[in-house]
Amino acid sequence: MNQKRAVLLLKVVLWLGALAPAGFLLLGMFVYPDWVGANPIERLTHVTGMTTLILLMLTLTVTPLRRVSGWNPVIRLRRPLGLFAFFYALCHFSIWFVFDMVFNVTWMLEDIAERPFITVGFAAFVILIPLALTSTKGWIRRLGRRWTTLHRGVYVAATLGVVHFYWFVKADTRLPLVFIAILAVLFGARLQAARQRRSGRRNKEPEAATAASGSR
Amino acid sequence: MVIRRPPDIPSSEITPEGVYVNRRKFIAAAAIGAAGAALAPRALRAFEDDVDQEVPARFRNMRSELDERLNSYRDVTTYNNFYEFGTDKDDPAKNSGDFNPRPWTVTVGGHCNRPGEYALEDILRPHTMEDRVYRLRCVEAWSMVIPWYGFPLADLIRRLEPTSNANFVMFRTVVRPQEMPGQRARVLDWPYIEGLRMDEAMHPLTLMATGVYGMDLPNQNGAPLRLIVPWKYGFKGIKSIDHIDFVEEMPDNTWKVSNSREYGFYANVNPNVDHPRWSQARERRLPSLFRNHETLMFNGYGEQVAHLYSGMDLTRWY
Ligand code: HEM
Repeated sequence: MNQKRAVLLLKVVLWLGALAPAGFLLLGMFVYPDWVGANPIERLTHVTGMTTLILLMLTLTVTPLRRVSGWNPVIRLRRPLGLFAFFYALCHFSIWFVFDMVFNVTWMLEDIAERPFITVGFAAFVILIPLALTSTKGWIRRLGRRWTTLHRGVYVAATLGVVHFYWFVKADTRLPLVFIAILAVLFGARLQAARQRRSGRRNKEPEAATAASGSR
Repeated sequence: MVIRRPPDIPSSEITPEGVYVNRRKFIAAAAIGAAGAALAPRALRAFEDDVDQEVPARFRNMRSELDERLNSYRDVTTYNNFYEFGTDKDDPAKNSGDFNPRPWTVTVGGHCNRPGEYALEDILRPHTMEDRVYRLRCVEAWSMVIPWYGFPLADLIRRLEPTSNANFVMFRTVVRPQEMPGQRARVLDWPYIEGLRMDEAMHPLTLMATGVYGMDLPNQNGAPLRLIVPWKYGFKGIKSIDHIDFVEEMPDNTWKVSNSREYGFYANVNPNVDHPRWSQARERRLPSLFRNHETLMFNGYGEQVAHLYSGMDLTRWY
């Protein structure tokens, strides 16, 4: 009961937080031009790219958070976070395709082939597509353990996203390095958990049951 | 297009900011009402309007030599690459409030007969200021049309009497981490350094700018003295210059030092030589949203400058 309340509250916060950047950009485009400045498309690409990255990091934080806090319901934030991340990646890609590539598929393919920073960004986006499509309860059931394996792709996408960002900046690598650090911590937490699980299984501790329940 | 005019515009000619802001809000509100077509509100943000509001009347119908409309004063002064004040485009306008461009001295050195420390006034006094409307093409594949205010660099160089050893001119931006927050981190190798070959520096298109839209340069645009080389990428246009040196060897300019694979010394606008991370064949002509305009060789100034590079492999000397 109380737990349900807490989850609901967190979800409200999540939705508001996740929709805020989109709201900001829409208002900037249509009401307050100063919010997006002289080069709105650059601002749009910037904000959607950054939001994708932050949401991907948050998505990856949920599982370790559950482990550390022991509070299982937090897992229910994972799917909306992941889907919002995909939503922003889709916007980010579409803005690029419409305004930078001007709907020209040849230019688009050339750019993807020739420019490593675009190549990795695009790869990250492509990886997220099947994850978004299989995020429903039905698919989770249908795929069983394979679902867990498939959805480890988030780690790949997040890594490629960070590389994309790192290769994009011209000189100031401070912020990309922060993301690399966050990613390192998240990977560390995962490895740590895997190690504990292995030793846990050996000691036949009940934790093994949770770990195998396909919620990663 | 030589229009003589004193550099300081009486403040009575400038619409108070409040009026201006309300007007924009009104336009915005009207825009929502009318927002049938998705992009209509941007069209309503007609830059000519705020040109009329903020700047002297002579700019109302001014066009570039290529008959292009001017970008708004607001866009020109709020969207800047000036890493000394931060790496985001709106950082310079936000973070340059503490910068003090007066009094200002320029130190002239190297191979010339008139080295020394010059007060800015002494640098400017003999020259006749003029408006020059150029397209500024950024290496990041966007461009704006900007009415600079200044005088040809060649006139200044003649006064300083370089000797025959002076093959290049090297410029330096002032170093003042107290006033320039971006300089407190080593994002680039301060001081910012740029240079030109002597024939480029003496070219009549090359401008020493002290103003924009007929008014003194705002800090974020490189007050009090900056370089404009319209056929080169914007980063050649070094800002807030406090050193000019005549040198024998090609200077190591800052962006080339930072990443020589992506930025060279010449930095001529060239649609055929891509930046490794994006194509230079097309640009976004702000305020347009689309990056669909073909970039012109030498930014459209080829007739005047192509001869400077005859016989040079511009793929190698990017
Ligand atoms: C999960 C996938 C992706 C993530 C996390 C991501 C993230 C980012 C981030 C953080 C930036 C830097 C924004 C800034 O600081 O201005 C950026 C820039 C950029 N991204 Fe992505 N991105 C992704 C996918 C893509 C895709 C698929 C494309 C296009 C094929 C793309 C094209 C770009 C471009 C062109 C820029 C530079 C914008 C500019 O020039 O100002 N990205 N991205």
